[in-house]
Amino acid sequence: MSDDLKILDDVTNSDYKWGFVSNIESENAPKGLNEDIVRYISAKKNEPEWLLEWRLKAFRHWQGMTEPKWPNVQYAEIDFQDIIYYSAPKKNVTLNSLDELDPEIKATFDKLGISLDEQKRLAGVAVDAVIDSVSVKTTFRETLAEMGIIFCSFSEAVHEHPDLVRKYLGSVVPYTDNFYSALNSAVFSDGSFCYIPKGVRCPMELSTYFRINSAGTGQFERTLIIADEGAYVSYLEGCTAPMRDENQLHAAVVEIVSHTDANVKYSTVQNWYPGDKDGKGGIYNFVTKRGICLGDRSRISWTQVETGSAVTWKYPSVILKGDHSIGEFYSVAVTNNMQQADTGTKMIHIGRNTRSTIVSKGISCGRSQNSYRGLVRIGKKAEHARNFSQCDSLLIGDKCGAHTFPYLEVANKTARVEHEATTSKVGEDQIFYCNQRGISTEDAVNLIVNGYCKEVFNQLPMEFAVEAQKLLAISLEGSVG
Amino acid sequence: MPEAMSKNGQHHPAPRPFLEAAETLVRRDEGSMPRVADIRRKALSQFEQSGIPSTRHEEWKYLDLSPLTTTDFRTATPDDIRKLSKADADALRHDGVDACLLLVENGSLNRDASDLKSVPAGVRIGSLAELGTEPAVIDHLFSLADTHTEALVALNTMLSYDPLIILVEANAQVETVLHVAFAAVPESSPLNVCTRLLVVAATGASCTLIESYHTIGEGASTLTNAVTETVVGSGARVHHIKVQHENSLARNISYHKVHMAGDSYQHLTTLTLGGALVRNTLNLRLDGQQINTYLNGLYVLDGDQVVDNHTLVDHAQPNCYSSELYKGIISGRAQGIFNGKIWVRPDAQKTNAYQSNKNILLSDEASMNTKPQLEIYADDVKCSHGATTGQLDEESLFYLRARGIGEATARALLNQAFAADVIAQVEHPGIREALLQVLDRKLSNLQS
Repeated sequence: MSDDLKILDDVTNSDYKWGFVSNIESENAPKGLNEDIVRYISAKKNEPEWLLEWRLKAFRHWQGMTEPKWPNVQYAEIDFQDIIYYSAPKKNVTLNSLDELDPEIKATFDKLGISLDEQKRLAGVAVDAVIDSVSVKTTFRETLAEMGIIFCSFSEAVHEHPDLVRKYLGSVVPYTDNFYSALNSAVFSDGSFCYIPKGVRCPMELSTYFRINSAGTGQFERTLIIADEGAYVSYLEGCTAPMRDENQLHAAVVEIVSHTDANVKYSTVQNWYPGDKDGKGGIYNFVTKRGICLGDRSRISWTQVETGSAVTWKYPSVILKGDHSIGEFYSVAVTNNMQQADTGTKMIHIGRNTRSTIVSKGISCGRSQNSYRGLVRIGKKAEHARNFSQCDSLLIGDKCGAHTFPYLEVANKTARVEHEATTSKVGEDQIFYCNQRGISTEDAVNLIVNGYCKEVFNQLPMEFAVEAQKLLAISLEGSVG
Repeated sequence: MPEAMSKNGQHHPAPRPFLEAAETLVRRDEGSMPRVADIRRKALSQFEQSGIPSTRHEEWKYLDLSPLTTTDFRTATPDDIRKLSKADADALRHDGVDACLLLVENGSLNRDASDLKSVPAGVRIGSLAELGTEPAVIDHLFSLADTHTEALVALNTMLSYDPLIILVEANAQVETVLHVAFAAVPESSPLNVCTRLLVVAATGASCTLIESYHTIGEGASTLTNAVTETVVGSGARVHHIKVQHENSLARNISYHKVHMAGDSYQHLTTLTLGGALVRNTLNLRLDGQQINTYLNGLYVLDGDQVVDNHTLVDHAQPNCYSSELYKGIISGRAQGIFNGKIWVRPDAQKTNAYQSNKNILLSDEASMNTKPQLEIYADDVKCSHGATTGQLDEESLFYLRARGIGEATARALLNQAFAADVIAQVEHPGIREALLQVLDRKLSNLQS
């Protein structure tokens, strides 16, 4: 019980504890977006000509696009000319050792509880930290390099491994894909790049920590993960932002390529600032995440815990191209107060004997709206494809909403597609059972909700699972009683 | 929540001939029924603006209506009836069902071929001219179905020249089945038929209704645009069975809006066997407490059939129950589409709503697109939906074959069992038997 009580204690006393602003000098681009800004970003990053061309193509395409309106969310119109598209911590562009890291940045990451220090080696996590738009520190690079693993910031990859970047960039999420992927392709500033060579099993969790710090900026990072034949990698992503009254835009793109027999596991704990109780401020989290199982028997697994952001809108997807490939999606999305989430996945079955599993748990409290939106498409040639989806929603309070929009498109008779969804509230009988045994109502709700999410938390790496549980408790704060 | 129409490529322009036909009808009604003329004029301007939804429109994502805009349909007028005889009407009856048959031919009641002399006690049947001044008709006809969000309802409202009205008096317990048979009878050119039916079951009334759709004659393609409005008064019980038997040149776009009052009960079954392109929009509003409603559907498709079932159960009040089961068997190059939405409004606490959609694909070219949808704005609810698409269970097949039943027979048996599940819930024994026979005929002639 003591652990739970501690969680509860955290719950009742905590606010968004990552809401501090670090006093890091940053270099910002002027507000607004035009070709010059795209060129400015490219020049700042000292990028090769082909990448600038690609950015400009994306930008021109973006100009002809209109903002999508179909998600089940409402938010104030975004003024794309009122955003700073590039913001970088001023100092230390190249670092040789940890000592050279700006103490403010180091302090920031200490506050966030990220093991940037190599002494925390036991944690076994290699971290790439991205503040605002620029990757500031990558740990454990040398250890990884010995095994041939490339784990670095995106801009370094552009210079050091241009062939790989050029080959895979935009191969899963082309810039033409959607409004925000086009925007990201034009103005992305940094992100993480990861390549696991043939047959290598990455010995530690790779992790990127994203942080929006400056005011009035947007964060547009780009992550590219490639697992070559037979490789394995587990990748973690975490995010926080300061508390501000304004809404900030986060439009990232994540691309994963999984070759024959490769296995990529991608976990996210998304905790961007959700805005205050009245829905003021908070991050707009409009993200495109997609992986492709290119080779036979490859596998991609998405696990996400979504507790932050004022508006979340993302669908981590898998294209199952290789025969016998596997796609998985495990999600817990918690919304409280005025938060809105429209999230889910797409599983596109192309290859034979492909399998996908979707487990989505939505929890809505306060006046929030939580939607699951998912697509399972079985192509004509996807013989014996198999899908199982389960989307459950839990409602806490009578002013919130839970919605499900699953699309099941089946064009092959040998396919088996199953979808199940339930919506309910925390059962009075369950709470009564706990009360009877001396467990307070608040504890009981915590217990029940944690049990409800267990299926997804079990998919998370150990450390993250603990963090996720705490986050869940905090997000539920004030929703009971 | 239904959205108002927008114009961002989501619609095809309104075909001219429809607009012209409506203008003629508005002129006809202006003198005799100015209220109706106004309603038609408003629908006309809505349709003119909205046009016909394209596949860019979310509610029509999988159903391509562009043939409606490219085919030169002539809209049926009062001159298009009386081609059918009493014998033609009798052929549409179900064996063993005691029914009062009403034949609606090309959109208008064929009085000679209908059983107007044996209308059961407590029931009044008539046209707009006969019953148009009844308060129930003024309140509900042309007003339940929404012309604002549904372009094809607007089309129907402006073109349905002879709506059929059925009023069941308060507390009337009607034993005789009311069977409305809608027949489209084309000649040599493509024909558009707009049918409209209003059924009002007043407080405490009880009745059983069959709504069947037929094509008679293979001369040309037809488009039946049907709108049915049903009011189930408080404590009323309505059994409603809809059967679609149309031919392979027929398109049927139908919209059914049901308004249910407190303590009422309704059992709806939709059976789709024929038609090249069929869309059934079924829209239920549960506007009272303690309502029980069942919506079942079955579609057995082959050839190039495309059948789209869209249902919406709108739980507007607390303490109601809804249960939905739609099943499909899809063969040939046919496409099945199902979109079921359960919508629980903020105050509709203690709602129990269930939905299930199960499909079997029998051939390589068959496909199924399913979108079961929950939109829940209240917390003390139990709602669930399930959807599956797959094949016949191999183990069941093996079980039967192990007992000496040939593969073809075993498959037929399992298909029959899968489909009959829906029909078995029809409460009227005569209708149940009749539908099982119709189903067996379709299953045994299923083309791959």
